[in-house]
Amino acid sequence: METTVESSNLRKTYDGKVEAVRGLSLQIEAGQCFGLLGPNGAGKTTTIEILEGLLAPTSGEVRIFGHTWNDNPRRLREWIGISLQETRLSEKLNVRETIELFASFYSEPRPAADILEELQLTEKADAWVGKLSGGQKQRLAVATALVGNPRILFLDEPTTGLDPQSRRQLWDIIRAFQQKGGTVLLTTHYMDEAERLCDRLAIVDHGVIIAEGTPSDLIDRLGGHQVVEFQVNKNEDRSDDNLDRWRSLPSVESVRREDSTVCLSVREPHLTIPALLGAVTEEGCQLKHLSTRQASLEDVFVRLTGRHLRED
Amino acid sequence: MTTTETNAPKLYADKNRPPPPIEPVRRNGRWSGYRHLLWARILELKREPEVVFWVFVFPLLLAAGLGIAFRNKPVGITSVVVIEGAGAEKTLSMLQSSAKSSPNKDSTIRATVLDRDTALKGFHFGKFDLAIELNSDGSYTYYYDPARPESVLSRVEIDAALQSAAGRKDALATSSQSSSEPGSRYIDFLIPGLLGMNLMNSGMWGVGFALVEMRQRKLLKRFVATPMRRSDFLLALTSSRLVLMVIEVGLLLGFGVLVFHMRVEGSILSVVLLGSFGAVTFGGVGLLTACRAQKIESVSALINLVMMPMWIFSGVFFSYERFPAIAHPFIKALPLTALNDALRATILEGASLGSQSGRLLVLAIWGGVSFVLALRWFRWT
Repeated sequence: METTVESSNLRKTYDGKVEAVRGLSLQIEAGQCFGLLGPNGAGKTTTIEILEGLLAPTSGEVRIFGHTWNDNPRRLREWIGISLQETRLSEKLNVRETIELFASFYSEPRPAADILEELQLTEKADAWVGKLSGGQKQRLAVATALVGNPRILFLDEPTTGLDPQSRRQLWDIIRAFQQKGGTVLLTTHYMDEAERLCDRLAIVDHGVIIAEGTPSDLIDRLGGHQVVEFQVNKNEDRSDDNLDRWRSLPSVESVRREDSTVCLSVREPHLTIPALLGAVTEEGCQLKHLSTRQASLEDVFVRLTGRHLRED
Repeated sequence: MTTTETNAPKLYADKNRPPPPIEPVRRNGRWSGYRHLLWARILELKREPEVVFWVFVFPLLLAAGLGIAFRNKPVGITSVVVIEGAGAEKTLSMLQSSAKSSPNKDSTIRATVLDRDTALKGFHFGKFDLAIELNSDGSYTYYYDPARPESVLSRVEIDAALQSAAGRKDALATSSQSSSEPGSRYIDFLIPGLLGMNLMNSGMWGVGFALVEMRQRKLLKRFVATPMRRSDFLLALTSSRLVLMVIEVGLLLGFGVLVFHMRVEGSILSVVLLGSFGAVTFGGVGLLTACRAQKIESVSALINLVMMPMWIFSGVFFSYERFPAIAHPFIKALPLTALNDALRATILEGASLGSQSGRLLVLAIWGGVSFVLALRWFRWT
């Protein structure tokens, strides 16, 4: 596979003080859906806007199809489609006029009717943009990105604030674009979105990539296959040496405590759980809650940073 | 930039054009972006009721209101009071007979007889232009107010009426021709001024306000994320002003001609060319005013700040000749002054554009310098 988007050691410092991006390198292969996953303020938007050529990095280099943004920016723009995190399109234009307007900027655009059909906006073609629902507005934003017939689609938090049905509609649209051979780069702070949509993920925190790989690889490597969560009654002291007690159980990879719940990342729960039950009795306390689940990207993130993705 | 060409992707033999996911079916020409931007702008303006009101209806209402309030009325009725006393009735009939034989059909004398106190009180309050008293020796005393033009006029008129009724013969034969020509009335002065002001208002708001709104909506940023040529965008925004300008000029001049029988001495082409000059100049000033502002509130304040001096000094509603002569060079350097002067000279006097190169130069400098500075400082995001 060939590289379509490439960045090396990107840095961005605002006003000489705030370091939004601190040495970020990535490579996106053709046909891939690449996700930047991270909490708000991690530097995702700054990164994607540098890649899109809308922000100049303080240092570092970006190449799109081997070209830098200094070469011939207009030609590069012909090949990429962008949806910004927040754009309020003109409310007094209708959907078709908006798509036609964006189509007119590209030398080889797709017919507006095809785009309307593909994004399920045909019924709304004559409606003013101001009258659209949130999901429809977001689909229109993606429509303006797709109408130029791009090779690469950049989407900054495309589904933030949307209802579950609208999110799923957008996922289908993104997958369809990818199936035609398009490359996608998206940012998100939704684990499920990253897990379902992305072939490859970079987890971003404080302006650097702290882990990269396919979603299942990341989970395998860092999250453990399974998570065992339990609570015990309160007569026991809660010092961290107690956590060591749980860590020494068979097949446990890591332990963390969230409020009164203890979470164990385990490889083989059928080995851990009997030992856990024994240990609980041995400690002279009672089990109040016990559950097991598949590990998720959330577990990966918490394991790496000690924080949750959405702490707000 | 140490990366060499060997690092470039190898998949695409033609590096200049990675294959699109879908085979293109049409190609856009060089000006397709510009045409669509212009059309979108016009559609948006048309769909904004406030724009239609402020740009088209408001100036007409203003012209109608001011035109009616300040219309030049004929001097008309002279209202006099004769102070009660011996011979008052005779004076009254002398005035009436004189009025009947007067060749001046426009002026009529309205005279009443009242007791002295009421008569003088009425005169002081402006109800009567003149008070007449017949003295015991047969002579007349006129009470008039030299500060009131109509009072001065009626003294002359009444004197002439009484003298001729008493048998005075005119030594010279005279005849008069009334001349109240369109071209020298207040409405004639007003309409070109309103036209200039309207071009300034709609240029500043139409370009400045629209830009900041788009910047605030991140629409400018979205546009520059496409291959759109930035110059096309600014050109479309400015030229949408030209389309509106033709309508503005047509409406206001048409209104003046139809309702107030105004006469346009210069050629329509010169007026439209002047209008374009003004529209583009103020489009440039609007661009500069809005080149960095991030918020609607801040650009509104800026636009008003820029326009305020011109509303006052540039001779929209009254001539700037009323300001001290020392201020005239500064006033004439303002773009609206230049535009108003040029519009008045062309519309009212039929002056050619060539004879107004100074004023056009003032406009060109304001517009050109604004454009250049605006482009240099412009903020797209």
